[in-house]
Parts: sequence; C-alpha cells; structure tokens
Amino acid sequence: MAHPKIIVVGGGLAGLAATIKIAEMGGHVDLFSIVPVKRSHSVCAQGGINAAKNLKGEGDSTWQHFDDTVYGGDFLANQPPVKVMCDMAPGIIDLLDRMGVPFNRTAEGVLDFRRFGGTLHHRTAFAGATTGQQLLYALDEQVRRYESEGKVTKYEGWEFLSGVIDGNRKCRGICAMDLRGMEVITFPAEAVIIATGGIGAIFGKSTNSVVCTGSAQSALYQQGAYYANGEFIQVHPTSIPGEDKLRLMSESARGEGGRVWVPKQPGDKREPRSIPENERWYFLEEWYPKYGNLVPRDVATRAIHKVVYEHHLGIDGQPMVYLDLTHIDRAALDRKLEGILEIYEKFVGDDPREVPMKIFPGMHYTMGGLWVDFNQKTNIDGLYACGEADYSIHGANRLGANSLMSCITGGFQAGPNAMNYARGVHKSGYETPQPVYESEKKRQEDINHRLMSNDGTENPFLLWRELGDIMTKNCTVIRYNKNLQETDAKLVELLERFRHVNLSDRTLWANTSFAFTRQLYNMLQLGRVIAQGAGLRNESRGAHYKPEYPERDDVNFLKTTKAYFAADADEPRFEFEPVDTSMIPPRPRRYDAAS
Amino acid sequence: MANNRKTVIIKVKRRDNPNSKPYWEEFELARRPGMNVTSSLMDIAANPVTRDGKKTTPVTYDSNCLEEICGSCAMLINGRARMACSALIDKLEQPVKLEPFSKFPVIRDLSVDRSVLFENLKKVKAWVPTDGTYDLGSGPRQSAEQQEINYPLSRCISCCCCMEACPQFNEKTGFVGAAAISQVRLFNNHPTGKALKTERLKALMGDGGIQECGYAQNCVEVCPKDIPLTKSIADVGGQVMWQALKDLFRS
Repeated sequence: MAHPKIIVVGGGLAGLAATIKIAEMGGHVDLFSIVPVKRSHSVCAQGGINAAKNLKGEGDSTWQHFDDTVYGGDFLANQPPVKVMCDMAPGIIDLLDRMGVPFNRTAEGVLDFRRFGGTLHHRTAFAGATTGQQLLYALDEQVRRYESEGKVTKYEGWEFLSGVIDGNRKCRGICAMDLRGMEVITFPAEAVIIATGGIGAIFGKSTNSVVCTGSAQSALYQQGAYYANGEFIQVHPTSIPGEDKLRLMSESARGEGGRVWVPKQPGDKREPRSIPENERWYFLEEWYPKYGNLVPRDVATRAIHKVVYEHHLGIDGQPMVYLDLTHIDRAALDRKLEGILEIYEKFVGDDPREVPMKIFPGMHYTMGGLWVDFNQKTNIDGLYACGEADYSIHGANRLGANSLMSCITGGFQAGPNAMNYARGVHKSGYETPQPVYESEKKRQEDINHRLMSNDGTENPFLLWRELGDIMTKNCTVIRYNKNLQETDAKLVELLERFRHVNLSDRTLWANTSFAFTRQLYNMLQLGRVIAQGAGLRNESRGAHYKPEYPERDDVNFLKTTKAYFAADADEPRFEFEPVDTSMIPPRPRRYDAAS
Repeated sequence: MANNRKTVIIKVKRRDNPNSKPYWEEFELARRPGMNVTSSLMDIAANPVTRDGKKTTPVTYDSNCLEEICGSCAMLINGRARMACSALIDKLEQPVKLEPFSKFPVIRDLSVDRSVLFENLKKVKAWVPTDGTYDLGSGPRQSAEQQEINYPLSRCISCCCCMEACPQFNEKTGFVGAAAISQVRLFNNHPTGKALKTERLKALMGDGGIQECGYAQNCVEVCPKDIPLTKSIADVGGQVMWQALKDLFRS
C-alpha cells in the first residue's frame, strides 16, 4: 500500500467530514454506507448549526456557547471536548460558507443567525429549513471531488457487520456484506472510523431514518467496545405522528416565533383559530418566562407530557398540542421555514401558515454512543468513532443545532487522529496475519447461514414492533424502575424468540428483510444497554427523568455510564467513570428562573 | 378516492433479479388514516401474503428518511414518477399500482440503480473548488437575493424523477438530464464555484449534452422539490452557446 488506508463506516456529516480530512492529509479512504452517502440521515436535520460568530451585536462568545452546551447537557459531558467543539465552530461555519452552503443572508450579505433552544443568543446559522441537507451536500460534493481524484473509494450499498479485531485487541479492518449479492467480505485497513449515526429504530417509530438502527455500534459493543451513556435518549418535543415514522417539526419553528399552546377547556372542539387568546394556555411561556417556547428539548417534552397526561388538556383528548405559526407573516415563513412547512403540508394535508400544527414528542436522538477518549478513539486501538454514534459532547441532553456541529468537529478530529495512528502502523510495516480476517469472515458467514436455514415461526418485523412498543413506552420521557426491569425481561424474551426467526425471503439477491433481521438482533442487544443503564441511574438528569428520583444527584451520578458486553453471560455489565468538570463547576439547571 | 373502504389494494410489479422476467402481485391491506406507499410496503413486509392467499417475499424497495428529503424511494406510482413516502394512499386512485423506474436498471422489485446521476455530477464537476479545509476566513459575501436563487437549486434530492419523466432521457441520446444541468447552474452562480464554469459547460456540449433537451417540460412537472428545472436548462443553454461562440473565435 502506497498510502495509509482508512475505512470510514457511514457517509453522513461525521463520516464525510472525517473522509475529507484524511484525503487532504494524503490517506486513502474506503467509505462504506448502506445507502448512497448523499441519502444519509444528516439530510433530515432542519433548523441549523450553532457557532458563536456574534454577528448580531449580542456579545456572544465561544465560552458562552460552551457554557450553554454544558449546562444544557446537565453537566454530564466531559468538558474539554465540548470546549474544543465550541472553539472550532466559527471556523467551520466559514469553511461551510466557502464550500458553497447557501446559508441565509442578512441585508448586508453576511450570514444570518436565528435563535434556538437553550440559549438567549442568535447563534444558529441556517439554510432555509433544510440545513442538514445543505451541509451534507457540501461535504458530499467535496468527497465526490476526491473520489474523482482516486483518493476515496465508495462502497455504497454495503452493510457493516463487524470489526476485524486481532488477538492484541487492535482493529485491523471490517467485515461487510454487499446488499445486492449478499456476499460477506473482509476489508483490511490501518484504522477504522465508525460514523454510523443514530439508533432510532430501536424505538420502532422515531424521527430517524430507516438506516438508523445502531447495528454497527451494537456489533462493536458485542466485540468489546464500551458503550457510554446509552440511557440518555432525546425525545424531541415537536414531531408529527405518522403511520411509518414520526416526522420532525424543527425547533426553528419556535426559533422563528412559533408558540406552543392548548385550549384551556378540556376537549374543546372549536377550530383552533376561533379560540380567543384568553382561552388558550401558552404553558411554556407561563412556566418558563425567560426562555419561553425555547427551553431545551427535555424540558419542553416533559411539559407537553404533563399538559397532556396530568392536566388532560391534549387537543380533543388526543396526545397532541398546537404549535402555532399563524401569527407570523407568510413571506417571512416561506423565506426561513419553507422546507419544514412543506413537510407538514405534504404529510398532514394542512397549511401551517393558516392552521396551527398538531404535534407531540417523538424519539429523536441518542446522546449516548460508543465510548471515546478526547481524541475520538474507542477503547480498541485503531477504532475511532464520531458523530451521533459517539457519546462525547451532549451529556444528558443535546441542545438543538449542536448535532450538526458536533458531527463535523468529531469527524475533523477522528479523521486526522486515525490518520496519524494509521501512519504509525504503516511505517512499522506490520502485516495482519490472514487468519485474523478469515476467522471473522467465517464467524459472520455462520451467522448468515443459521438465519437463512432457520425453521422457526417468528416474523422479524413483528418482533421489531414489539421491541419498539416497549422501548417507547418505558425508556423515553418518564422512567420507572419497575417498568425498566420489565423492559429488560421483555428484551431477553425477544432475544430468545429471535432464535426462532423465520425469514420469508431466503434468496441471496438484494434481500432487504435478511439485512434487517441481522440489524434487529443488534438492536435487541443494544436495547438492553439502554434499559439497564436507565435502571441503574437513580436520579433525574437532562433527558433521563425518574419520578421516584426527581433530583439530580451529583454525589452518586455525576458519572459516565460505561457498558461492556459480557460474552459468556450474553448481557451488559456496567462501570462508572467520573466526569471531567474542570472548567465549569456544576450548578443547578433551572430554566424557570434566572441562572 | 372513496374513504369509506376498509381496505386498500396495492399492485406491485415485481422482478426477482435483473435477469428474470417481471410479474405482478396484488395485496390487500387494512386501511388506516394517514397511510402512505412506504407504510403500505412495511405492512406487506410484516405479513407477506398476496390477496389470493399466496405466501410471498417482502418487496424490495429503496427508502431511508421517509420525509422526502433523502431522495431514495422514487418509483412509478400509478404511472407517475414520484416519491413513495409522500404518496398518501387516500389521495391515490385505487388500486394503487407500483412499478420500478423504467429507464434505470432494475436491481430487484422496485429498487433500481440510479448511480448514473452521481457519475454525471462528477462529469460536470458539481462542487466548489476550495483550497482546503484549513481556516481561510469567511466565504465571499453574497446578497440575500443571490441566496434566494441558489437555495432552491441546492434542494435537489437526486431522486431522478426528472430523468425518468424526460422523453429524451434514454440510451439512444445518452442525455445527461435536468438534475445535473441544474447543478451546473447552481455552481456557475457561486462566486468561487464559477472558476470551473468553462469545464462544466464543455461537459455539456456534444452528444448527450444540453442540446438533447426537447423542451417537453415533464421534468419541472414531476420534480418533488419544485426546482425551476426548465429555467435552469434555458439559463445553462445560453451559457453553453456563449461558450461555444467564444471557443469558435478563439480557435
């Protein structure tokens, strides 16, 4: 090999960011993705990307961004990597601007910024309401350029199955399956970066894309990688319930002035616009006068839950509240929010410029992920992770518009760090013995063979529905220990039933249900990490809320949860690691009063 | 259109692999409010039995975001090129007929190979030639008006509906298609992107280039993102002509 070779798994924002850095440094990237990278889930991010550019004369600073992020995450994030992200952010906005992202502009022609949750500053750059799409395209275009120069080889339509990990616990490549010919192949590399995004499918219906199953993270966890803070699941306060998924209604709708309310009278059947102001309850504005509709997501989600389930004021008795934009000028809405209004219009059939939207919280994001050190390296040498797939930035709750930034800064660090490691391996002239690859390939082929020849009675899609139902019911907004135990027991049952799964399709060509069934097994295993991790954390912090333990408990739980897989017992084990709070001392997190 | 029916009938044109013959299967599903073509295909996967009670396999199709922004799930629905996720069953003529795109190689069932578009994007160098990712300060200033022209062009989701619907897009012409031409307009509009303008325009000259457009205007009609494709073609057509003239006088 003339150049160090690095495998990047996942072609969303984080994976593409890592790829660009490596190509620029003279490495070669094999880029693996289930879907063509341009169709990755990053395109779904809507509202914007945070950076303290301070272009609105508000005295914003990267330190303030850092403080908002740490405070928003309820002090669970190690602070040094968060600081790095906030410091890198303004330069990254400039870079994206240079790459041609059509960010919205002010009258003077500079970048415009909007407000987002958890901050009092205009800190969110945006391209209409399809910012994720625009950022992903900009990086996709740069990667296409490197691809045409021969520096990147794309493997689109490939499913990651496992890492190739040798006897010295070093990652030497990956094992993947071609989703057309269903062939299993191992690919050597000097370093591997996992950028496989979210885990929404574990919750059945979520705002995530179909490919966001967490399968790759789970496979690596089962191979010895630590999985951290798995119990921290963000439920987005405003999603549109749907038959096949929950579609996101961006926080930017509130950032541009959208107001959340319910009729004061239970079961009020009037048209929303005919309900007078004094008969509406703007509960977020009443409860949180300073931040109003722009409290962080966990706070807004619990408030909506409370209004619906404790005050019984959901619209027409249904679990839904109004998100109202109808008081805002039509032209301004079209200029800044068109992409998301179009989604509501297309999928619900009402025009949100005319009729208040009906929304409800939906599973959206995992703060947890593969454990990494401050260099994005996992506990396995040669294996790195970045983006939503790693746990490092968002603590117990992610602030809106921080995910796009954390994907890029994570990729921009994982790439060069993996490259430096790979150069070392390259120089040493080390050659991985062939049997390391052959035995991993054999292990994966055996799994495939068992699945294909299984004669049971269980339908994988129905098992998946059961998984999603129980995870959504017990592991999202409100958690009780009894229910968490029940969930884990159910997962054990589902894993047992999985052994009797029967594939209705056994052909070896573009067999999507077969690939899905492999993912399902990994979802079940990772589900246990979430349920058990939530069970162990007897406190309330950020998105993790236990009515039995309503307060944050820094004495016992200002700690990172680290799960590892005990292969002999086939279950997770847990360790706790102190959080680095060396820069900002933890303080109570209160959005209802001045902090 | 009738909403009183308790079930919906979905007819799927299936094909086991690129070398086998296509065949039709019919499914009857319980009707639920808000169901769309992708949720119907999920229902079939959960219970892959045809209307006449025959066990079959789940239908292979491409999908990802399910909110019409990733561009995956394009197919022919009642003969029209469109995205399956935003095709609400209640708004479709019954029975609902699903077919793969006809102008792209079928992989299996409704899944086709659309990599030709990504290859075309390479040919027209659809990117801004940046110096590198290191810090070079802010990008060029652009007016809000400029942004309002470029942003809609940049919303193309590479679904290839415009190419499927175009009468000129076929093996005989090798036509590059509206999507790639519109990207040329986008990048030629960009203050830095226009450094590659000449190369892009040259890539659109000759066989398979912009001259193949027959102005049928089908592209703009099927585009799920309402991209002004015909305007892009006219605009880039003008640019190509100027380029050809310049080349003529220079040679």
